[in-house]
Amino acid sequence: MTAIELHNQLHGRGLGGGVCEGEALVTTEAVAGWGGIDQRTGTIIESEHELVGQSIAGKVLVFPAAKGSSGWSGVLHMTRLEGCAPKAMVFNVMNTKIALAVVVSHVPCVTDLDQDPTAVIKTGDLVRVDGDRGVIEILKRKDDNARGA
Amino acid sequence: MRLTDDEQRMLDGADGPAVQAAMDLLVRYGEVLGAERLIDTDNVCGANIFNAGQAQLGGRTPDEVFAQISLDGPGSFEIPQVRAHSCQLIGPMDTVEWQVQGVPEAARDAIMDSESYSGRHGINLLNTCTPYQVGNVPVRGEHCAWMESSAVIYINSVLGAMTNVEGRESAAAAMLTGKIPYWGYHLPENRHATIHVEVTVDVRTNRDWGLLGYAVGKAAGETVPVLTGIKDTPNLGKLKHFGAAAATSGGVEMYHIPGITAEAQTLEQALGGKRPARTVTYGPAEREAAYARLNTTATDSAVDLVMIGCPHASLDQIRDVCGLLGGRKVAPGTQLWVFTPRAIRLVAERNGYGDRLRSAGGQLMSDTCPAIGRFVPDGTRVIVTDSAKQAHYLPAIMGVQGWFGSTVECVDAAVTGRWQGELS
Repeated sequence: MTAIELHNQLHGRGLGGGVCEGEALVTTEAVAGWGGIDQRTGTIIESEHELVGQSIAGKVLVFPAAKGSSGWSGVLHMTRLEGCAPKAMVFNVMNTKIALAVVVSHVPCVTDLDQDPTAVIKTGDLVRVDGDRGVIEILKRKDDNARGA
Repeated sequence: MRLTDDEQRMLDGADGPAVQAAMDLLVRYGEVLGAERLIDTDNVCGANIFNAGQAQLGGRTPDEVFAQISLDGPGSFEIPQVRAHSCQLIGPMDTVEWQVQGVPEAARDAIMDSESYSGRHGINLLNTCTPYQVGNVPVRGEHCAWMESSAVIYINSVLGAMTNVEGRESAAAAMLTGKIPYWGYHLPENRHATIHVEVTVDVRTNRDWGLLGYAVGKAAGETVPVLTGIKDTPNLGKLKHFGAAAATSGGVEMYHIPGITAEAQTLEQALGGKRPARTVTYGPAEREAAYARLNTTATDSAVDLVMIGCPHASLDQIRDVCGLLGGRKVAPGTQLWVFTPRAIRLVAERNGYGDRLRSAGGQLMSDTCPAIGRFVPDGTRVIVTDSAKQAHYLPAIMGVQGWFGSTVECVDAAVTGRWQGELS
């Protein structure tokens, strides 16, 4: 089969939050919380960011790291209360900003993966995130849709 | 995580439901981090329970808001006096000039209620992003739990205190328990530099230090940089600008300048005896690139707002602005706002600086800033600031154009109403 089939499961450290399926929003750039995400809409507002103008609401956010202000968890917390939180979070670098955001977001989260999720998962892919077992499964590639598969 | 007997008792509810929820949050947080234990802290800086995203308390009591927003706790419970020495950081509103900000009266009342609530609970109302300018000056080796990335990088690096960048919920939990996860910059072995930045240009003014910080943040990301080639000893204000910029463009929480910052006399000491993972240069090209990135959102030269005081201005900076005005008036249609901690504001008023700013058509404000409080004068399209951090955030938060330059250029822009800055 194709190379895609070889990479349809990633294994890492589950940070809890249960299981969900959703559409991936992937970036290779670190994401700012406060001053980077509009807590009332989930839209990325950092002018230099490659995802500026796109919303994390209801998406499986796949990113390398949380950066910037100490307001990261506060913004994620507010997106949850405002109903525009991400559905799950998958990331590479552990720091206090993302750890606290994981705790207050109450969504499935996975880190320490055996492959770089920001390279393997593409925006638009349908993925299943198991935050308890630390497993991510790519259920359907966006490109498959494009080919009408 | 391994808990001590007193921590386990808190988790079991012996000190009441608020302390129990706080300890539960710290344990969940520590487990996500991969921390093995907690450490005692008696110096915590956290957020106002009110934030600019909420217009009101929504019919909830302050205890309910604290339980839900600050502790991520289940339901509602009475919040006791904080256990650790604690202070409140910068908030949404200037309690004196709130009408200049355009805060509605109902929101003002709610913010005043939340402030007196914090005060009653023993949280010191410093109301600034720079507690280290107004009496909270941790000593070397002191374990702290501070929010505010620009303050964290300052006390870790310049003072040698030990803290991670905490958030609203972990700081609130630390206030109630006197505990924080023993992880990251609480461990001496994580405080050494891994990136070496060779500075080959002169770094003298606040603008120079802001540009250097913005470039170092991009290059260092989350790592600890060590800088060599600094010829002029900086002061508090310059390192305040440097750290704020480095924490904004990257995630720098700690740096070394051998012979100047607290924990390294030499390059070898800063690197902990190891070779750096990377060596990068900061020269004329890197300086120009940082300047261009900071000015990327602006095209129009007609200026609506000049903002000074991010991080909050020192008394010297306020005096400098008065001196640069030199009896000139702020242009019609342009605003000049200077932000400072409320304690410094009192002294600035005694010194006559407040009157001098106001007679020129400017404003001296405290407790907040446009990015935190989400406010600019009505109809503002273009802002000007001497802060790399504010130039980075305010255009994103308020949808305005932002120019970054020197304090001299900023004051000139206030007087002429035009931006004429350039990198010299």
